[in-house]
Amino acid sequence: MIPGAFDYHRPKSVAEAIALLNDLGDDARPIAGGHSLIPMMKMRLASPSHLVDLRGLADLAFIRAEGGEVVIGAMTTQHQVIASADLAARLPLLRETALQIADPQIRYLGTIGGNVANGDPGNDMPAVMMCLDAQYEVQGQGGSRRVAAREFYQGAYFTALEPGELVTAIRIPVPPAGHKAAYEKLKRKIGDYAIAAAAVLLEVSGGKITRASIALTNVGETPLLADAASDLLVGQAPDKALCKKAGQAAAAIAAPASDARGPVAYRRQMAGIMTERALIRALGL
Amino acid sequence: MNDMTPNQKERADKLEGMGCKRKRVEDVRFVQGKGNYVDDLKLPGMVFGDFVRSPYAHARIKKIDVSKALALPGVKAVLTAAELKPLKLHYMPTLAGDVQAVLAEEKVLFQNQEVAFVVAEDRYIAADAIELVEVEYEELPVVIDPFKAMAPDAPLLREDIKDKTDGAHGKRKHHNHIFTWEVGDKSATDAVFAKAEVTVKEMISYQRVHPCPLETCAAVASMDKIKGELTLWGTFQAPHVIRTVGSLLSGIPEHKIHVIAPDIGGGFGNKVGAYPGYICAIVASIVLGQPVKWVEDRIENLSATAFARDYHMTTELAATKDGRITGMRVHVLADHGAFDACADPSKYPAGFFNIVTGSYDIPVAHLSVDGIYTNKAPGGVAYRCSFRVTEASYCIERIMDVLAQKLGMDPAELRLKNFVRPEQFPYQSALGWEYDSGDYHTAMQKALKAVGYDQLRAEQKAKREAFKRGETRELMGIGVAFFTEIVGAGPSKNCDILGIAMFDSAEIRIHPTGSIIARMGTKSQGQGHETTYAQILATELGIPAADIMIEEGNTDTAPYGLGTYGSRSTPVAGGAIAMAARKIRAKAQMIAAHLLEVSEYDLEWDIDGFRVKGAPDKFKSMKEIAWASYNSPPAGLEPGLEAVNYYDPPNMTYPFGAYICVADVDVDTGSTKIRRFYALDDCGTRINPMIIEGQVHGGLTEAFGIAMGQEIRYDETGNVVTASLMDYFLPTAVETPKWETDFTVTPSPHHPIGAKGVGESPNVGGVPCFSNAINDAFSFLGSTHIQMPHDNWRTWMAAEKLGLHG
Repeated sequence: MIPGAFDYHRPKSVAEAIALLNDLGDDARPIAGGHSLIPMMKMRLASPSHLVDLRGLADLAFIRAEGGEVVIGAMTTQHQVIASADLAARLPLLRETALQIADPQIRYLGTIGGNVANGDPGNDMPAVMMCLDAQYEVQGQGGSRRVAAREFYQGAYFTALEPGELVTAIRIPVPPAGHKAAYEKLKRKIGDYAIAAAAVLLEVSGGKITRASIALTNVGETPLLADAASDLLVGQAPDKALCKKAGQAAAAIAAPASDARGPVAYRRQMAGIMTERALIRALGL
Repeated sequence: MNDMTPNQKERADKLEGMGCKRKRVEDVRFVQGKGNYVDDLKLPGMVFGDFVRSPYAHARIKKIDVSKALALPGVKAVLTAAELKPLKLHYMPTLAGDVQAVLAEEKVLFQNQEVAFVVAEDRYIAADAIELVEVEYEELPVVIDPFKAMAPDAPLLREDIKDKTDGAHGKRKHHNHIFTWEVGDKSATDAVFAKAEVTVKEMISYQRVHPCPLETCAAVASMDKIKGELTLWGTFQAPHVIRTVGSLLSGIPEHKIHVIAPDIGGGFGNKVGAYPGYICAIVASIVLGQPVKWVEDRIENLSATAFARDYHMTTELAATKDGRITGMRVHVLADHGAFDACADPSKYPAGFFNIVTGSYDIPVAHLSVDGIYTNKAPGGVAYRCSFRVTEASYCIERIMDVLAQKLGMDPAELRLKNFVRPEQFPYQSALGWEYDSGDYHTAMQKALKAVGYDQLRAEQKAKREAFKRGETRELMGIGVAFFTEIVGAGPSKNCDILGIAMFDSAEIRIHPTGSIIARMGTKSQGQGHETTYAQILATELGIPAADIMIEEGNTDTAPYGLGTYGSRSTPVAGGAIAMAARKIRAKAQMIAAHLLEVSEYDLEWDIDGFRVKGAPDKFKSMKEIAWASYNSPPAGLEPGLEAVNYYDPPNMTYPFGAYICVADVDVDTGSTKIRRFYALDDCGTRINPMIIEGQVHGGLTEAFGIAMGQEIRYDETGNVVTASLMDYFLPTAVETPKWETDFTVTPSPHHPIGAKGVGESPNVGGVPCFSNAINDAFSFLGSTHIQMPHDNWRTWMAAEKLGLHG
């Protein structure tokens, strides 16, 4: 449980961090909260020669409103997400999700940027960002670009990030007041990754569901957007039978691995149950 | 205690003796982070060892090349079997009469087996160097499923003993067979089954788990080549045995080996035996002439040092139609892994599993156990239970419920009907034990009343009907378990470890000012010995517990003892300290008589000193007597107040208890909420009720972990897939249910203070109680037995099998 040797860098600006990552090349890894990378290094599943610590980038820890969007700096900790009154009011789904990540000690260090950028299918925020249709601000040597969360995840630990690029902020379109959302996570114990989890976002008008978005955590190589399930909902009057049907449609796209959390059949079914329960809770049924 | 005068009560309270909820004195240092553990030890010139381990479960070692590792700056030495073999230390004897590879010679037999030991100036260099040791393996077919280990064509695992037809316990039936152990009357049992009105049979598995103490195993070896003396610090539950074995193995005279067990962060059986890390640290220190530290990490602890359980128990009961049990038959397939490194008394290859008739008056029984080798880590230790007792308790308590279900009887009623009755004690069990004392009916009835058992069953009935009507997706389970432990190993007539009788010892010295140091042959790993032994002495000698220091763990100063495991400290060393105290008190009485100028027969003991009968003013306190013993002893009497006792208990003790659990199961996710858990323990005389409660809380939490999620699991190629705490379920405070504790007191008739031991009872009773609750939730649907652990997915699969998911 002792990592291999590495050099440690602590840049003071995003530009400096990007320059370092580009200079050092493939042997360098950025580190934010470190909760994914450090265990991998201790088991020597990852052995970067250089660690570029982003915790000197204080200007990346912010939460602010810009027009119809909320922008969250990548170095904002899960604890700061939980503590933000503005987020609690406008995007309660984020606070609800952050509260289900690990435990308070980890949330003081773990960052939202690290959670979304690492590509770990066990992380909770990626599915939530897909559900909310967030955009990631990505900076590299060539400048900055935006990548939709829904386009970002390509495989386990594989993302749209190019070498030397960093996610610097997350832009989330704020859903209208009165929207309904929930994150249901089934886990074995506090701090554990999800057996399966589902994020749902809904708008209801005139007794009908007018907008629906569903995304799943840890039941595939990447977080999964359950389009077919959400399509089932739109235009319908919400009831429990409908939620069950949507859950079944969500389960149909789940492709989990068999591991200590359970065999494939079970985890797939749980993706459906979590979807169903998230919908029922969000809709107050 | 009730007929005391106010003055006597005040004096007794000041002693903080037996029965007092005295705060744990050791916690003063523990809660401040000032404990002194093996890894805290820093010695001049100390170097660090780390293991190269096998990635394969079964493979031939073709070649080991250590040159690159040796070339790394800071690396001092690399040991392999080739270096150990000339010293005859490439294998070490196990407590079970087998041998275990210290470093693999020609083959590796389980994943993470020790292959080479790298020693470097610091642990970071050592960790880098193990990656530079190049080992060439040729993979071999593995044996993982214990039920396939004795197939005729099963791969031969132990080439080193392939020609050995006799094991430590008789003939070996197959090249992967270790022993067969039989107890009881087979023909009489078969005859009862042949004409039984009702029989039940179930294959009940108790999965492989791991004690997983917070502190992993560790040692520091320091060889002083000038003096020819070896000092070995380590996480030893039995330091004296380690010294004896160390001497026999190394040839270093026993008086030149100093074994020291400092503070230990939990043992639970994991730290009883000897590990390759200890041997390699010693050899490296001898080779280098420098102190060598070895500390395993969590993955090594979970995957290579001793596991527990892995018992597959085919269990049968025979009974009359009205629920009277007439016989029991059990066959166990015991998966011991690659080497038989079980830590049991020598004559008991399956420990005290023959306590499997439990708390019931079963007239006839037969037990046979087959131990077998597989490509898994060795071990089979008594994880928070006396030797294989929790396996036995799980076996009988689970099959009792299966029988109750078949008879259509309430599980509590079936137990009450078959309990050993109070007047039958001392009770001879069909499988050979003599239970010392018990009052099972009283305990059970108290438990049933405390939880409102009848109302719970009524609520369950209503919920089951609601479930059938589709109104709820939750099932309610009520788990009942009644256990009888067998602890305090043990009488020398049947208990020894490597030929050393399992007595224990105390040495008490009273200083002139009346304070005390007492040294014990046991070794606390968190049990609170420094607190509780002092309480026994306080009551026995009338000296305040606060003036008594308890010392353990240093083999140079402590009297010889067999250590702490199997709840034996109180039953055995607790007896020793009481008996030694009584020797002192007898001498003190002579001194008091001399001081008071009366005959010692005219004196009576009164809380903290001796009083002349009928003359209440004539009194000498123990403090005064202690002073006198050093400056004015009676003529002809040796000065001083000291005593030693080596206590060989006449029998084991048999703690018991009644546990009840209420669980709510979500059939759609398989998750379970433990709504209530009530534990009534009878451990005889209670020394410190607060420590008992703490022990019960801790043991129940471990039982909860085992029953609800723990498993050391291997995939089909022998990879251990639960080797870190990301995968191995260790409950936190969040998952842990709230515990309700209760007690009855049935003293042991043969123990000097009537105490029986309690540390392991909650594990022994807790595991079946949780499991019975989950099984009970599904029993009305026809399910008889669901294997542990009852984690979400297995519970969901059980519901799936019953067609509950539509």
